[in-house]
Amino acid sequence: MLSPADLPPSFLHPECRAKPAQISIQDFNLWYGKSQALFNINLPILQHEITSFIGPSGCGKSTLLRSINRLNDLIDNVTVGGDIRMGERSVYERHLDVTSLRKRIGMVFQKSNPFPMSIYENICYPLRISGINQRSTLDEAVETSLRSAALWEEVKDRLKRSALDLSGGQQQRLCIARAIAGNPEVLLMDEPCSALDPISTAKIEELILEMRGRFTVVIVTHSMAQASRVSDLTAFFYLGRLIEAGPTQRLFENADCKATQDYISGRFG
Amino acid sequence: MFPFLRKQADAQAASKGNQPAVLFKTAIRIRSRASHNATEGVPWIWVCAGALVTILLLIAALFGVIISQATSALWPHSVVRIQQDQQTVIGVAMRQEEGTDPQTNERQMRRLVYQANRDFGINEFTFIPSAKLAGAERPASLWFVERREWGPFIGRIQTADPATAIDIDEKTVSNLVNEAAMRAAELRKIEKGPLADLNASMEEIRLDKKKIERLLETGKISEDDAAAKHAELDKQLTESLKSHAFLTEKVQQLRSVDEAIKVTLLAPNGQSKTIPASQIMRAYQPNSINIIQRMGLFFGRLWSFVSEEPREANTEGGVFPALFGTVAMTILMTLFVLPVGVMTAVYMREIAKQGFLVSLVRIAVNNLAGVPSIVYGVFGVGFFCYSVGATIDQLFFQDKLPNPTFGTGGVLWASLTLALLTVPVVIVSTEEALTAVPRSLREASYGCGATRMQTLWNIVLPKAMPGVMTGLILAMARAVGEVAPLLMTGVVKLAPALPVDTHFPFIHLERSFMHLGFHIYDLGFQSRSTELSRPMVFASTSLLVAIVLFLNFIAIKIRSELRKRFEGRGAF
Ligand SMILES: Nc1ncnc2c1ncn2[C@@H]1O[C@H](COP(=O)(O)OP(=O)(O)OP(=O)(O)O)[C@@H](O)[C@H]1O
Ligand SMILES: [Mg+2]
Repeated sequence: MLSPADLPPSFLHPECRAKPAQISIQDFNLWYGKSQALFNINLPILQHEITSFIGPSGCGKSTLLRSINRLNDLIDNVTVGGDIRMGERSVYERHLDVTSLRKRIGMVFQKSNPFPMSIYENICYPLRISGINQRSTLDEAVETSLRSAALWEEVKDRLKRSALDLSGGQQQRLCIARAIAGNPEVLLMDEPCSALDPISTAKIEELILEMRGRFTVVIVTHSMAQASRVSDLTAFFYLGRLIEAGPTQRLFENADCKATQDYISGRFG
Repeated sequence: MFPFLRKQADAQAASKGNQPAVLFKTAIRIRSRASHNATEGVPWIWVCAGALVTILLLIAALFGVIISQATSALWPHSVVRIQQDQQTVIGVAMRQEEGTDPQTNERQMRRLVYQANRDFGINEFTFIPSAKLAGAERPASLWFVERREWGPFIGRIQTADPATAIDIDEKTVSNLVNEAAMRAAELRKIEKGPLADLNASMEEIRLDKKKIERLLETGKISEDDAAAKHAELDKQLTESLKSHAFLTEKVQQLRSVDEAIKVTLLAPNGQSKTIPASQIMRAYQPNSINIIQRMGLFFGRLWSFVSEEPREANTEGGVFPALFGTVAMTILMTLFVLPVGVMTAVYMREIAKQGFLVSLVRIAVNNLAGVPSIVYGVFGVGFFCYSVGATIDQLFFQDKLPNPTFGTGGVLWASLTLALLTVPVVIVSTEEALTAVPRSLREASYGCGATRMQTLWNIVLPKAMPGVMTGLILAMARAVGEVAPLLMTGVVKLAPALPVDTHFPFIHLERSFMHLGFHIYDLGFQSRSTELSRPMVFASTSLLVAIVLFLNFIAIKIRSELRKRFEGRGAF
């Protein structure tokens, strides 16, 4: 095992800077109360590419992900340093409208969390809170997002039924459909398949691959195979630090840092 | 040990239709459970089970007593005739007790017999030795008559002319009673309809005149204007008086028709009394009717009990105003307590910054639930009636002063007082329900870009609604049973009118009202004869219990609907 002191500075492959970054994380630090969870993270997230975050449990992947759409604001006693920029503006700007920021960023959580409403209303929720109540618009959004989430065929006859009656895998796909219903630019996924069977996982992976080129996707995963299957770029975190980030294939075949190699080959973590 | 093997064996046995195999299976199940318990202290399980059984038995006994007594109160019992020391006792046999014989000074079992006929010089109640009841006659010709005044009568019904008096047959009696009831209905229609409307409008004219006087005094209108308005009102008044006279005339006519149709009641002691047939509300021959008729009478009396107004200082007739008052007051209280309680809880749990102050408020709210209810009553009368109400009177009902409108007890103040009394329950359970809303749901909503209020309104509150309903059920159950604070804030023994009627503004929240809880107390402890009002006490008690159960049932039904909606199918 490595201790924080032995950790090398984070290594960013040049491919990470090859394209314009949609989100750039700059010298980002985060504290839960007095304990620091993230240390000096510098990472560009490229537009319309799929980036995966990997690393052992507790290394701060979720924390970083939730910092991007400022969901950590909901937790008391969180302080941040550094900056995350989305386009021209900083996410942590003083007078930024957090809700409009979150509308541009969809989020899918580890545990599926459909609202206790009908399937239809679940998908409409992001639209309705933006004041869109026009029937035709809603209908269209429901159909397109359910189709993109590969759920349309299964639920098109029971859109008015409770979303809680769906199976676990269907619920997670519903949450993905809900996350993309408001047409966000970025989709954040925190271990979206960790509670799912292989078939549902395959479906969701297919879905993520389909989104390449349309959305910027960040996915946290514990499955090396999944990271290698779906992502263009991979970032490896350890003890709150970014160790290495680069093209997925490169990292998986021939990582520059020893820690990355060890983790990917399953020697620790 | 090998559930798989056992299942297989059972399946085989079952396919052969083998009975013992099934027994074997149950035996194993019981034994496996018992062996599990053996290590865990069987005595404790027995103690707990014993406590449960005791409670269940107590509840069953409570309901059993109330319901059987209430049924007995409304049941048309047969009438017995017993000869005792040269005296004939005729009446309904009631409860049995041990007493001393006044002559022999011996202890013996005796039965209380209700002889009715209060106005015929007969003791309403008398005792006879229980042994005598076995040989009692049940004369078929005896009538049991429920009258508007003087309570029930037991005896014979004859034609009105005392000289040629003969018994009236059953058919004629029922015709007489039915016709009288129709006339009474017609009378009531006039009195409660046009006549009441006229009275109300005349009262309004009086108030308008008073108002003009006041405006004139303060110089807000000129003398000429005032005179013109007075003239206008006077014209209206004369018109009203004319129609009033016309209606009273009509009422008088109906009354005189009513008075003319008479019957004579002949009591067992030979005294008789001639009364208008309309005095009879219900008459039947309890010893010659069959069980179907008895059931019919029972349900008829039950309906009268819940739908009619009380008579004879509440000891007879129905309890409709009390029933209505109880339900109206509870519903009104619910309307106050739900929004206030929920908003308070939402502020404390979702909006305020959690800290010392909020904890302090929370403790205070919890303690509020423990304050004796009479304290709320004192507060209610002091604050609502005499401060808020008096101020409202000063501002809006000046013309009626010195008669208070809102400045005295009324259904509004009573329900506000009870809302205050029950709001802690709602706050506490709402807070609990809000805490139980999973964080993941809130995060999902915020993640979609919802504001705090949108999340609260669309996600958190609906999800917490079943829990809120639980609080409301508890609050309602407490409110329906409270009497003490109501005594001070608006409950009366006999309310002249319901809080809802056909006169504008239709809902009169300032009116005093009747309440079943107080009604029961009043009947049981404040009436002429406890023996006489006892059946009514039990009947009213059953009704109160029924209301509590019914309101709870509705609330529970709503809650389970909400749960189904918000927790998915099958998750209870
Ligand atoms: N609400 C919180 N309050 C305090 N500390 C927290 C909180 N949430 C997370 N942490 C701490 O921050 C560190 C990073 O947590 P995070 O949830 O980001 O890990 P992760 O990489 O997502 O782990 P996993 O793979 O298990 O989900 C952990 O040490 C955790 O204990
Ligand atoms: Mg995580």
